[in-house]
Amino acid sequence: MTDATATHGPDGLLLASDGTPLKTKLRQSMKASRRRAFGLVLPLLLFVLASFVIPIIMLLWTGVSNDTYASNMPRSAPLLRAWDGASQPTEEMAEAMVLDLIDARKAKTIGKVASRVNREQSGTRSLYTKSARRAAKMEAPFIDALVKADKDWADPETWRATKIAATSLTPAYYAAALDYKYTADGEFVEQSEERQIHVKLFWKTIWVSGAVMLFCLLLGYPVAYLLSHLPAKKANLLMILVLLPFWTSLLVRTTAWIAMLQSQGVLNDIFVWIGITGDEQRFSLIYNLTGTLIAMTHILLPFMILPIYSVMRAIPPSHVRAAKSLGATNWTAFWRVYFPATIPGIGAGGLLVFILSIGYYITPALVGGQDGQLISNFIAYHMQKSLNWSLAAALGGILLAIVLVLYWLYDRIVGIDNMKLG
Amino acid sequence: MELPPYATLGQKIWHYTFYFICALIFLFLITPILIIAPLSFNAEPYFSFTEGMMSLDPEAYSLRWYEDILINGMADPMQPRSWSLFREWLWMGLSPVHTMPEGFFTDAWENAQWVRAMKNSFFIGFFATLIATALGTLAAIGLSRSEMPYRGAIMSLLISPLIVPLVITAAGMFYFYSQVGLSQTYTGVILAHAALGTPFVIITVTATLVGFDKSLVRAGASMGAGPARTFWKIQMPLILPGVVSGGLFAFITSFDEVVAVLFLAGPEHRTIPRQMYSGIREQISPTILAVATILVIISILLLVTMELLRRRGERLRGIRS
Repeated sequence: MTDATATHGPDGLLLASDGTPLKTKLRQSMKASRRRAFGLVLPLLLFVLASFVIPIIMLLWTGVSNDTYASNMPRSAPLLRAWDGASQPTEEMAEAMVLDLIDARKAKTIGKVASRVNREQSGTRSLYTKSARRAAKMEAPFIDALVKADKDWADPETWRATKIAATSLTPAYYAAALDYKYTADGEFVEQSEERQIHVKLFWKTIWVSGAVMLFCLLLGYPVAYLLSHLPAKKANLLMILVLLPFWTSLLVRTTAWIAMLQSQGVLNDIFVWIGITGDEQRFSLIYNLTGTLIAMTHILLPFMILPIYSVMRAIPPSHVRAAKSLGATNWTAFWRVYFPATIPGIGAGGLLVFILSIGYYITPALVGGQDGQLISNFIAYHMQKSLNWSLAAALGGILLAIVLVLYWLYDRIVGIDNMKLG
Repeated sequence: MELPPYATLGQKIWHYTFYFICALIFLFLITPILIIAPLSFNAEPYFSFTEGMMSLDPEAYSLRWYEDILINGMADPMQPRSWSLFREWLWMGLSPVHTMPEGFFTDAWENAQWVRAMKNSFFIGFFATLIATALGTLAAIGLSRSEMPYRGAIMSLLISPLIVPLVITAAGMFYFYSQVGLSQTYTGVILAHAALGTPFVIITVTATLVGFDKSLVRAGASMGAGPARTFWKIQMPLILPGVVSGGLFAFITSFDEVVAVLFLAGPEHRTIPRQMYSGIREQISPTILAVATILVIISILLLVTMELLRRRGERLRGIRS
């Protein structure tokens, strides 16, 4: 027999046609195919990293590091950081401060610096801008010159606030996002009662998301049950009623709810017509929390129905029949046999709805009014209006952490491979 | 869901109650979407049905808000004049006798707010879809190979744009893109929308690839076709329905997206949702309802397309339901 299919090396190993051991050859080819598979994914991976992941990381970085003061006031910043915060401010610090104030006024960055310090202690904005105007004419001793310009410079609190601002890497923003104040001594002090807004807002966001999830479950479960038990033709027809909202623009649906719910809207007109309420006391259903809840439930309902439906369709009808033949009542058969089998679908839909609603922005912004605003709206406010980007980043960081935990949970329970669309 | 002939009265009551509850839920789902169509024909500038509309008085209905879509924002100050002329031109069967004043259509095309928003939406959507579909399809093919290393971790990273709250994504992009000079440009918005659209492409294409028979590619390769040829001639035609529906998802994501546009786009890059957003916030006029009605019609068309694609895909892969 000719040795055409396999050759053996001197140590008895199988050899490939070019003389290398077959094992090595196989490993090489596996490696090459792994590299090919990775090469296919690489372009998208790089794209997502560059356009999505890195921007978010950069933003989150501003939540722990803000160098507005350090970069614009380069002389005083290191001195302030070295200062213990308890002793009297030195003449050296005062001199550096005056020189920095002169430069910052020339570079027109004094406004930014002033608002940065003002965030640590309100009222210091005008102190900084005023002192900067007078700084050019100040003479040694600078400590007295500063105090002469404004007596607040004699207050160690002013210097302490500046010390916090001068420290670039700071937990101050995360502390603020959790309603704590980070002091110059490195301690965390609880904010005063009326300034504690963030934690309350986080709880409210979680509470609203939970409520939306519950409403979606209550409305979605019967529909999914009906769809999965109807003959295919009828079910497909009714499915359109679920999928059409899914495919309709978010803005369209929000607009539609404004038309439905406003005080001169369709629903109130019907209520008045039936006689539930008088023409004068129409219900205020929108521009408040009620409106947010109704609109969000409507928008997210398909995300609940679809996973439950796909789980229900896979449950063999013989299970319930078997339970009934063994003497179970309709309710027992449903509750003990059918319902437990649908829990994976409830988990998938519930988590998805919760994840999506916890970061909701547009609907609360448009129909939420005053009390329907959620944490996302606050982040956008700090990003666009108050320009306190670091606080926005800290709030966003906490929100992102919550979402990522839920995402991890979703991946564990459902698996992202099983995420289905439509 | 058939009621057995031996059902008791209680079972019958429960059966029909259940149907009734489901009907109410379907009503909740569909009414808001259907209600905007009749409201958009309102002759008055209200968001509610007038008494004339209720009594089906033809005078109470008009197409003025649809005309407004074309005309709003035009440079021509004689708006009422172009309105009536336009109406005449439109309803007289587009006859050449009733020509529009010179420059009317150029004016509308260049200056009308909604027309510009539509152009922006399609422009941004087209390029975002192109990037998302091309990169997403390649990645999905790589991800469905069994030898793909770190599959789970990479997959969760690539799907994450779908999960991360849009405000955080948009704020991050705003912060980063403004440092590299991409904010307030078309490029910035297109990149953002492409990133947001890729998860949909990955999900739909991977789903198509689950039923893909790899021996077909091997058969092609055994007959001497190179990797490129087997891809274009064998794999691509079979997964094409998945790719197209992924692309449609990416397009609709971009077409519907407003948060990234709010953060990244300048006034001249306003898209349709952005225009609707400011319309709802600033001056609420039934023009928004007219636009919304057109968008609902577009989504119905998309829904039908998706359904046809799904059936075609299943037929191609030999799956019978």
